[in-house]
Amino acid sequence: MIANEFEYRRPTTLAEATQVLAQHSGSVKVLAGGTDLVAWLRDDAIAPDLVIDIKAIPDLRDIKIDGDVLHIGSLVTFTELIESDVVKEHVPLLAEMAETVASPGIRNRATMAGNICSAVPSCDAGPVLLAYDTAVHLTGPSGNRSVDINDWFTGLRQTAGTDDEVVTHLTIKLRQHGGVYVKLMRYAGEDLAQAAVGIVAYPDNEYRVAFGAVAPTPIRSAVIEETLRGKPLDDDLVAAVVAMVPDEISPITDMRSTAEYRTHMTGVMLKRGLWAARQRLDGTGPAYGARLI
Amino acid sequence: MDLEINVNGEQWVLNVAPADVLLDVLREQVGTKSPKIGCERGDCGSCTILMDGRSVRSCLVLAVEAEGHDIVTVEGISYEGMSQLQDLFISTNAFQCGFCAPGIVLAATELLENNPDPTRHDVQDALAGNLCRCTGYEPIIEAVLAAAPARQEGDSQ
Repeated sequence: MIANEFEYRRPTTLAEATQVLAQHSGSVKVLAGGTDLVAWLRDDAIAPDLVIDIKAIPDLRDIKIDGDVLHIGSLVTFTELIESDVVKEHVPLLAEMAETVASPGIRNRATMAGNICSAVPSCDAGPVLLAYDTAVHLTGPSGNRSVDINDWFTGLRQTAGTDDEVVTHLTIKLRQHGGVYVKLMRYAGEDLAQAAVGIVAYPDNEYRVAFGAVAPTPIRSAVIEETLRGKPLDDDLVAAVVAMVPDEISPITDMRSTAEYRTHMTGVMLKRGLWAARQRLDGTGPAYGARLI
Repeated sequence: MDLEINVNGEQWVLNVAPADVLLDVLREQVGTKSPKIGCERGDCGSCTILMDGRSVRSCLVLAVEAEGHDIVTVEGISYEGMSQLQDLFISTNAFQCGFCAPGIVLAATELLENNPDPTRHDVQDALAGNLCRCTGYEPIIEAVLAAAPARQEGDSQ
């Protein structure tokens, strides 16, 4: 049961949604899959006056490629990512990540854009979208804008988006790459990450390295990326960047794990992940979806 | 607010508040008691329903979100007698207390519709979000594997 009362609106166009947002003066929340939002409403963690359900807006459902830019609408669910031929062919890393999210009953509703809007430290989409230098596109009463994902996560459950804005889509600039998402869980299937690593490897030894569940937000490591840049991967180089991990992350101890275990395993996952991403770029790596931990 | 939904093939017009959760409305207003109230935060799977053929946590859906959608519960797949999957649940003794069973039957129904020849791993993955606190997972997995259409065809040859 949800104790708080609120008004519910279901606009059918983006223009209508922004109009409702512009006219409303109280607190408002945008609803997509609802797998976080409804739980938070029940917990009284949020108490909006107005909930705007954007699921009836058809423009937000696309997965498409325009030139070298991948466009993923904000209503695209994790299940749709897993089942998409475009994703399979061009960004199988997104499907590898999506397969680790909760359970089918959640993935059928939860959206990738909603995942980064909830912005919990363990959000699975975070490290991968960071590693892809994703752009987050929003619309609101003051117009359209886009935010670099590297500026998106501003704190625990905090983002650069405002409550009167709607995320419309995410874009990723495509070029040849290999990627990996390694997620440490207490058991296989339906758990939040204890720690996670997302890596994208580009030709000429260029890497993007991001971590999840080991800081208040998903984070990138500029130091590790800079150290890797331009050098062929070998055991010494991997050992050198793994040694940087404790200074790059700030994990907590909670019911799911200890800070020490998270730190150690993040290093292990970075090591395995770097090799897997590199080998996938070369076409020799483990199949996407293979478990590395 | 008026809500028009199709539950197990029957059209319903209900009066709900925006804060009403679909699980509660199905149980209290429609009277379908198979979706269970478990964790109420999407972790346990006992409230699983099929919405347009896909398994969904009805504890995490506002009733108003279901407007215009087709909802199926265990009652809906049993009108013309038990499904083969349900029969196999009985013959393999896959129930203990039975609280998780409606959710698991629906999650497995979705799996078998999308994947007629699942591996044991596929079954485990499909049911990962459905907790059985009696921990009777092995007979459940056996029942789902035995109900796989590919295996059925193999048996009849």
